[in-house]
Amino acid sequence: MRFGRHWRLVTLEQVRQRAENDARTHGYYLNPDEEFLISLLEGLRENEERYGYPSCPCRRATGVFELDRDIICPCDYRDPDCEEYGYCYCGLYVRKDVAEKRLPIKPIPERRPSEKLARAYSKEDVTVSEKPVEEIKTTLVSEEHPAEVLKMWYCRQCGYVCFREEPPYVCPICKAKREMFSRLTVKIIG
Amino acid sequence: MNVVKVDGKNSKHRVLLYALSTCGWCRKTKKFLTDNSVAHEYIDVDLCTDEEYEQICRDILERGGRIAFPTLIVDDSRLITGFNVDEIREALEIGNT
Repeated sequence: MRFGRHWRLVTLEQVRQRAENDARTHGYYLNPDEEFLISLLEGLRENEERYGYPSCPCRRATGVFELDRDIICPCDYRDPDCEEYGYCYCGLYVRKDVAEKRLPIKPIPERRPSEKLARAYSKEDVTVSEKPVEEIKTTLVSEEHPAEVLKMWYCRQCGYVCFREEPPYVCPICKAKREMFSRLTVKIIG
Repeated sequence: MNVVKVDGKNSKHRVLLYALSTCGWCRKTKKFLTDNSVAHEYIDVDLCTDEEYEQICRDILERGGRIAFPTLIVDDSRLITGFNVDEIREALEIGNT
């Protein structure tokens, strides 16, 4: 085994509760196919026990937190995937219309950048993890993915601010609808 | 590397599946192959060592695939990424019953 069992044991119910709460907070639903949903929750529980954090059941984690951070559920790719396809990569989180109309949920392409996938298996690249976090972030946003620079959104009802491609479906703080969000731009004066 | 061999009546093609033991889509793929009695081999890449995983990734990339699971390799030539039932049916010559 490449991983030692983590001491923390979690129940399936705890994993489910956490996912339900997070779905409610961000305006999503959990996969309506109960059997499939349970298989995903079991995968999350297994990963939490293996690695100490619930990394995506449909991606291979390294066990190195810094390398796996973007795939810890809810992963960095959930929101853009739900926006584009109606559900996330593993199918745990589903957009409201897809859940309510029971639209088909099919496999979607991997959005995780190939450099991150490569870093997770190529040994020479693992040394990247020793670099300071800020350095990694700066390279990813400004140089490797100029198109993926995130926008800043502001909830006009409560003042919550987030960086995302699109505003959330509901404000996680005050529950205001998406329409209450405005795009923010920052201007440095002087 | 732990290669799991699954017997089946349908052994027309050589079928190798790279999967994750925790993944819902991989589980569906395994079930599909078993339900259709397809003889196949599978490897759960999350249970492999880093060296074995690196070897598997190189294999997938050399075949022109993307690092994503499930990845199905039929007859050592055709690679299918994801649980795309129609494509898998076609590659394995399984009718829509």
